[in-house]
Amino acid sequence: MPKYILTINKKQHSVEADSDVPLVWVLRDYVGLKGTKFGCGIASCGACTIHLNGSPVRSCQLKISTVPATAQITTIEGIGEQVLHNVQQAWLELQVPQCGYCQSGQIMSAVALLRKTPDPTDKDIDTAMAGNLCRCGTYERIRQAIYRAAKMEAEVVTRDK
Amino acid sequence: MLAESPKTNRRDFIKTSGLATLGLLIGLDAKANLLNLSANNAAALPVEINPFIVIGADNTITIINPRPCMGQGTIQSVPAMIAEELEVDLENVTIIQSDGKSKYGAQTSGNSSSIRRLWLPLRKAGAATKEMLIEAASGKWSISPTQCYAENAKVFRKDNGRSFTYGELVEAASKLNVPQEPVLKQKHEFKILGKPARRFDLHDRVTGKAVYGLDIDVPGMVYAAILHSPMIFGKLVSIDDSEAMKIPGVIKTLPCERTMIYTTADSVAVIASNWWAASKGRSALNVTWDENGLDTTLDNKEYMGRCYTAAKKEGIRFEEFNDFQSKFETSQSKLDLTYETPFLSHVPIEPETATAHVKEDGSVEIWAPLQGPGETLEEVARYLNISTDKVKIHVALMGGSFGRKAYMDFIKEACFLSNKLKVPVKVIWTRDDDIRQGPYRPALLSHMQGFVKDGKIKGYHHHMIGESILGQVFKGLADDKADPWIGEESSPSNNKYMFIEAHKVSWTNVKTIIPVMWWRSVNASNIGWGQECFIDELAHLAGKDPLEARLDILEDERFRKVLTTLAEKTNYHQKLPQGSGRGIAITRAFGTIVACCITATKSGHGVKLDSIVSVIDCGMYVNADTVKAQTEGNIIMGITAAIKPGIVFNKGVCAQNNFNNYPILRINETPKIQVYIMENAEAPGGVGEAGLPPVAPALGNAIFAATGIRKRNLPIDITNLIT
Repeated sequence: MPKYILTINKKQHSVEADSDVPLVWVLRDYVGLKGTKFGCGIASCGACTIHLNGSPVRSCQLKISTVPATAQITTIEGIGEQVLHNVQQAWLELQVPQCGYCQSGQIMSAVALLRKTPDPTDKDIDTAMAGNLCRCGTYERIRQAIYRAAKMEAEVVTRDK
Repeated sequence: MLAESPKTNRRDFIKTSGLATLGLLIGLDAKANLLNLSANNAAALPVEINPFIVIGADNTITIINPRPCMGQGTIQSVPAMIAEELEVDLENVTIIQSDGKSKYGAQTSGNSSSIRRLWLPLRKAGAATKEMLIEAASGKWSISPTQCYAENAKVFRKDNGRSFTYGELVEAASKLNVPQEPVLKQKHEFKILGKPARRFDLHDRVTGKAVYGLDIDVPGMVYAAILHSPMIFGKLVSIDDSEAMKIPGVIKTLPCERTMIYTTADSVAVIASNWWAASKGRSALNVTWDENGLDTTLDNKEYMGRCYTAAKKEGIRFEEFNDFQSKFETSQSKLDLTYETPFLSHVPIEPETATAHVKEDGSVEIWAPLQGPGETLEEVARYLNISTDKVKIHVALMGGSFGRKAYMDFIKEACFLSNKLKVPVKVIWTRDDDIRQGPYRPALLSHMQGFVKDGKIKGYHHHMIGESILGQVFKGLADDKADPWIGEESSPSNNKYMFIEAHKVSWTNVKTIIPVMWWRSVNASNIGWGQECFIDELAHLAGKDPLEARLDILEDERFRKVLTTLAEKTNYHQKLPQGSGRGIAITRAFGTIVACCITATKSGHGVKLDSIVSVIDCGMYVNADTVKAQTEGNIIMGITAAIKPGIVFNKGVCAQNNFNNYPILRINETPKIQVYIMENAEAPGGVGEAGLPPVAPALGNAIFAATGIRKRNLPIDITNLIT
């Protein structure tokens, strides 16, 4: 079986797996990082959203053989490791999760959005978050939490100036 | 927004084991009698009772939660009822999820019952424990208990402010009898109940650390992907697994069975060292099914056709006030209409999954996301033909459920396979399995008749037609009986409507083999659609505003207040611009009244949703923020149910199989949502489901108000109302 080197949350992992195993299952069942969730297998629900070199991708569509060893993979476990990320903090302040199963993916999409667009509009949020389903129906709180996180980010920037 | 808490990073908030056995232990038996189970006292007690409250001499406090969490927050709201009366801060308490053993009593999260059923028993347990601790303290001080009070896990002397911690009192308290009628707090004395509280479990849910059913890892486990018959009930004829066995990681294939509550379906399992290999193996299977006849019986058109035929005939009467039919015949101003709701799938984002280990000694351990640990324990024992003491249940967090994970088919599949293989087996369904195999909310037809006179709605008949959960699943409905579950909820007396001339509730059971089951709010969402759209239509026929027309026939003060509050919060009496309209609906389910107002505006051939406001009267409640969150979630799920495709069986096969063809609402489609909670001291009602039923009819009525187009069949394509 082929061996692959993956860089996940800044650490290198060596994984022996078939070339077509989707990254979501590699992360969960081979590397043991279970924060990334499986929901649909067709990139329709966003529960498996991770960052590949900083961009949000659906890991159910990413075969292990297509991920170079140099690619930076970031999962929910890799953001806010020491101190909660502002997005996670905002998620807690607004008490966003109900069951929480989709929220790893929601948070990964939101972190990527704010990195590119620190001051997002409703439309920006719609575009960035439309790929993440939540059956519990937490969308209104997700929107408010993204605004809150953006504000927290802006306050830090102002203070540092 | 909620107040910031410095201690959100609590990793030990929920534990799964490690109950202390020393100290003060207070329990409840099946009849809600309070019992002292402390070591000093326990010898005299029956063994099958376990404590709900454990206070150690080291001042550790543990509370058992007997209601699994599917996102509705029971993991905290249930223990909160004990903590309130016990005078302890929830942040200093360890919560343990019960494991299904009968000594914990009923443990199913369902029927929106967790708070309303445990409101008195658990508060009494907390209050009785507090009274024992106060008595112990007063004994030590040789003063009257009335000279003491409890606060923050300590008992204080009123005269000099000195105190004992609970831990210091447990030894003395454990020798006392439990007061059976402790004094409960009044609403105005509550410190926890009725306030917005942060959920401590959310930290793990935003960091990826929370362990859901899908995340269970048991040493030595193998994975199973299961091929179910495309027509659900096809009989297995032959398996060719030659291609499947070539896939690296695939260990074996074997015939399996999916045991539903009333029947068993054939299936084929592929066992592999990882799930991806198992699922690839499943795709590579070549299985022949005997699906004879299923192409005609699993078919929406065939079923709905029979429903419409039944609508032309009299149903079985559930109740009648005066002679409705004769009054209807002679009425000058009347309506006779039908309303349709589709089959719906629950689609929790976490699909069905369970891990089971049947051991050589016949015992079994289960790790699964499940709503009912007690029911699962008994069902698994029955299924494997073992005694209940050989079953150990580990309740995992549910990644959504909405009723689905109270159905134990996927758990019994894991048991079946592990029983054959005697290693831990983890079953994971695909989204395709989840959507195509059911069970579903039943599609129902409402045949409505009603009449108006002098500007008032005076006569009303609701004839519900379709498959019954009680009948199909539980074989509990005789052919000559009206479904009592549906009858009671569709009765005008449930919604406190008074039709002064006549009313009638009737039922026809049109059977189908399309599998049905409870789905968030059970029958209430089906009933609400016909009822509240029809009331709206009768109001227009009477020449009355739909809100005024409802107030005319609503006798109950609570219902009236909910409606007038909704009017106030939505500026209901302020005119909207041309092309915009408001629709309202009010329903009662699980003891809770919810009214919803939707504002919609014409857009092309359809409408866009501007805003949704719901007002909920659930009586007294535990966590204001949870009540809001659940009602927000019900609005989203209610809109999805109204405007997204339903489940359609076409010649034996479900036409939907994933979120691309069975879409649910997305954030970009979500309008502004507001929720208001009525404050009163009424007994608690259910919160997890009651917000859903009024949403679809409020939308249907809003569409009519905005466009003049009346939609009577769900789902509605709101982008194109003309076809």
